[in-house]
Amino acid sequence: MSIYLDHAASAPLRDAARDAWIAAATLTGNASSVHGAGQSARRLLEESRERIAAVLDCDPIEVVLTSGGTEAINLAVKGLWWERPAGRRAIVLPDGEHHATLDTVGWLQAQGAAVRHVPLDSAGHIRADLFRAALGDVGDGVAPAVATALVANNEIGTVQDAAALATAAADAGVPLHLDAVGAVGHLPVTFAAWRGAAASGGGLVALSVSGHKVGAPVGTGALVVSRHARMAALAHGGGQQRGLRSGTQDVAGAAALAVALEEADAERESEQRRLRALSDRLVSGILGRVPGAELLGDPRDRLAGNVHVHLPGAAGETMLFLLDLAGISVSTGSACQAGVAEPSHVVLALGRAESVARSVLRITLGRTTTDADVDALLAALPAVYERAVAASAAPSLGARTGERS
Amino acid sequence: MRILAAMSGGVDSAVAAARAVEAGHDVVGVHLALSRAGGTLRTGSRGCCTIEDAMDARRAADRLGIPFYVWDFSERFRDDVIDDFVAEYRAGRTPNPCMRCNEKIKFAALLERALELGFDAVCTGHYATLVDGPDGRELHRASDEAKDQSYVLGVLTEAQLAHTYFPLGSTPSKAVVRAEAAARGLTVAQKPDSHDICFIPDGDTRGWLADKVGVEQGDIVDRSGTVVGTHSGAHAYTVGQRRGLQLGVPAADGKPRFVLEVRPVSNTVVVGPKEALATAEIAGERHSWAGRAPAQSDFACHVQIRAHAEPVPARASINDGWLTVRPESPFDGVAPGQTAVLYDGTRVIGQFTIARTVSAVPVSA
Repeated sequence: MSIYLDHAASAPLRDAARDAWIAAATLTGNASSVHGAGQSARRLLEESRERIAAVLDCDPIEVVLTSGGTEAINLAVKGLWWERPAGRRAIVLPDGEHHATLDTVGWLQAQGAAVRHVPLDSAGHIRADLFRAALGDVGDGVAPAVATALVANNEIGTVQDAAALATAAADAGVPLHLDAVGAVGHLPVTFAAWRGAAASGGGLVALSVSGHKVGAPVGTGALVVSRHARMAALAHGGGQQRGLRSGTQDVAGAAALAVALEEADAERESEQRRLRALSDRLVSGILGRVPGAELLGDPRDRLAGNVHVHLPGAAGETMLFLLDLAGISVSTGSACQAGVAEPSHVVLALGRAESVARSVLRITLGRTTTDADVDALLAALPAVYERAVAASAAPSLGARTGERS
Repeated sequence: MRILAAMSGGVDSAVAAARAVEAGHDVVGVHLALSRAGGTLRTGSRGCCTIEDAMDARRAADRLGIPFYVWDFSERFRDDVIDDFVAEYRAGRTPNPCMRCNEKIKFAALLERALELGFDAVCTGHYATLVDGPDGRELHRASDEAKDQSYVLGVLTEAQLAHTYFPLGSTPSKAVVRAEAAARGLTVAQKPDSHDICFIPDGDTRGWLADKVGVEQGDIVDRSGTVVGTHSGAHAYTVGQRRGLQLGVPAADGKPRFVLEVRPVSNTVVVGPKEALATAEIAGERHSWAGRAPAQSDFACHVQIRAHAEPVPARASINDGWLTVRPESPFDGVAPGQTAVLYDGTRVIGQFTIARTVSAVPVSA
């Protein structure tokens, strides 16, 4: 038995995306070459870019293809900060952002960036009044150069009012990057509509998406970069993609990303209704089976497939281990390389204690999730929870004669 | 049995896990993350704690076809092993952090969690043998005396031994383990052995301790209290040490002098002639039995006071909670904080932390 309930970590590859990917990968030709083979590759690349732009509500020239969300976020935040207007060096950073953003901003701090943190409310919403205030003059002499924000939180699923964030940035004349990695495919992502009539350089100028969250291959993604943005490149070379992302362009990845985004967008409304019904049933099932269990994040204003629960007294990593041995894949939050689980910074940003942040599970449903998957998790969870609680309060085998207490 | 295999990323624990799988057990591999700020790449002869080591363990588990997880024990390790190590040095004692780790982490915190999660035993790559005798489970030396690790396992109690599995104990030599690893296609077959203390990155224990304990100059005195030199931090000295004393005043008899005692409270190091190291008796209150407690309160045994020391014949007695051991011939330098492990032939009887020593010779300058 293998039940996959970690779609936010990576979604299953879509058949149509796989077919488009393989078909394009078998073509020979560098999309920048002048000859016919190059032109064929270029045609497929640009068709794909147009299809991606159509889904994301932007111009094709604004789509800069990347290796994924992390690269897109790095390009946006570093690129905008490096090209900041003179006299501006602050970055407006809500709490609870993804590590791709947090660590990028941390790295820029060493280069002189100042950080203005914007708190979240207890449901994970960026405090709109404080976001607006942080974009203005707070009397610290370091005017904001860049603002960044998640459209939907990757851990707790809380959805922000992206249009309002963009309007606030436009009003302040501060360039804004939106991290739509967790949102795309689940919510309408409308770059031009959100950007509105922002004056040149300010407002929404960049938006990042990742392919493997919507059923495209890992290694695909894009940064939408407004034609009005002032942005420096991370990598230099052949000058491809407006000079913002040098390097031979990945035609096959672009083709697969275009197909996956189109499919996800076409089925979005019906799929959201289906996932909402499944996740509502999962939530009420968990709350009914585990005493004291609590849904974190906003109960309604959240990604439909996201169920993020606090299960008191049980270590998240222990529950994850036991569920995995039972063939059920879930998560405690963001995956990390060394395997040492830090308490979730997102849960801490909700104003909750470290003990809460260590006792959470993130269960994310997606395209392949069925009623039976939800039933299997609900059947397994009570025993897993009890065992994890017991393991967290295990008696000491280390006690011995003459022990100092 | 359901076995949790502790996998450090080294060849021994990988082969131990392989043997557990081959014996038909249901095995899950776990790598212990013992440091929050673990490095990326392995350096020198440390045996764990880097991402590279965790990766080696993961690849071994892949090869064996068993599930693999990294468990975070960094807080427990810091509290019970690293902080304890520093505190012991600060108190003028010489601790063994590997024993402390076995006592508090591998066969306590890890084993407890394993049992709570439904496992029957923890499997490690230690070289020691378990024998199920008439009075319960016994811990014995490994077949390969050169690799024997029963000393550092002497802290295990009956309850811990009951849930422990050492598949390498009867292996004739380390070379056999390496050959077996190669034959099984394990990439760690030729990985170097670890020798250093895992949490001291460059192997420089003195420098690391100086950082933690602080360096304060103090006097080096002889047994009459006469100042014969200056030291730069008492923690850098160990009983029995001869080199690096740099004494300004020569001994009256012109013979080399050795560290006899470290007194942290007065920040003083006491030196004297080699004969003064001779120790007739050691005793400690903090003890445990590796299986059943001895039937008699006074018994013959062999006692070993360091990981690679020779066991010596001795008489042990238990009195008012204290375990006292008198060797047939005196020990040559014993530092408080060291662990004494008692043996009956190849069987480990138990252990205690040396708290008190009695010199074999009367004090004379």
